[in-house]
Amino acid sequence: MISNLAFYLFSFILLASAVMVVTSRNPVHAVLFLILGFVNAAVLFLLAGAEFLAFILAIVYVGAVAVLFLFVVMMLDVDFAALHEGFQRYAPVGALVALIMFAELAFIAGNWAIAPSGSANRLFPMPEHVTNTVALGQLIYTSYLPLFQLSGVILLVAMIGAIVLTHRDRQRSLHQNIAVQHARKPEHTLVMVNAKLGEGAALPVQPTEKETL
Amino acid sequence: MLIPLSHYLVVSALLLVIGIFGIFMNRKNVIVIMMSIELILLAANLNFVAFSGALHDMVGQVFTMFVLTVAAAESAIGLAILVIYFRNRGSIEVEDVTLMKG
Repeated sequence: MISNLAFYLFSFILLASAVMVVTSRNPVHAVLFLILGFVNAAVLFLLAGAEFLAFILAIVYVGAVAVLFLFVVMMLDVDFAALHEGFQRYAPVGALVALIMFAELAFIAGNWAIAPSGSANRLFPMPEHVTNTVALGQLIYTSYLPLFQLSGVILLVAMIGAIVLTHRDRQRSLHQNIAVQHARKPEHTLVMVNAKLGEGAALPVQPTEKETL
Repeated sequence: MLIPLSHYLVVSALLLVIGIFGIFMNRKNVIVIMMSIELILLAANLNFVAFSGALHDMVGQVFTMFVLTVAAAESAIGLAILVIYFRNRGSIEVEDVTLMKG
């Protein structure tokens, strides 16, 4: 009974915050509502018995992805009022598509049942007397090890890609260019001057900073 | 599982529909489109977890973890592309992307 009430409460907050994400004028508010939605989805995971994934959702999504969104939204100086134009124009067709889609999903949800022999076809039934984290670990480090490592590779590729895309080589920084240093010859910088007796030598032309580096 | 499966399915169907609605409504704002994609992926995850709990099968939770990984990678790359797009053009209007040929 309590869990039913909790389910309705948290799923209502989840759906309401999802609506606020897509309709709010200020993207910062949208990101904050996204965070609220993720927290509520984590509670729904918890109610379904997936404790480890609930914490992963709270840590990875709220802690990393949503903060990344918040960072980008606040870093980009975008005129968000102009981006919000056309909101009214697209509303009818968007609502129509959403309604049709939901009607189709409701038809599917109303007319199906799990086959009686379905539980015999389970791939990896939940082990008894073992916590959810242990059960998940027993799977991902044995049967799903290749996929698990592949997901690590995906994260590595994403990290390298994001760094390479956003890294900007600063032209003014004083880094060492070894090829230029090796190509340097004494006559590029040294000038022999025969100074007359009693007169100083005229200062040679100073090379620019870029050539010396 | 204490809560019936159909309740979870209705919630995740509504979440998916809200995400699709958000893509239609914010056609100019890439950031909100990416947040809508996150909502859609969350709906898929909710389905996975609900079926996993109802059928007492662990595989749904394993695949939820993979979906979470791919979604995190996708949003990181998408935001990086967004940052360099903004740096080059000074705006993030999606409609300008159609001019990006040749």
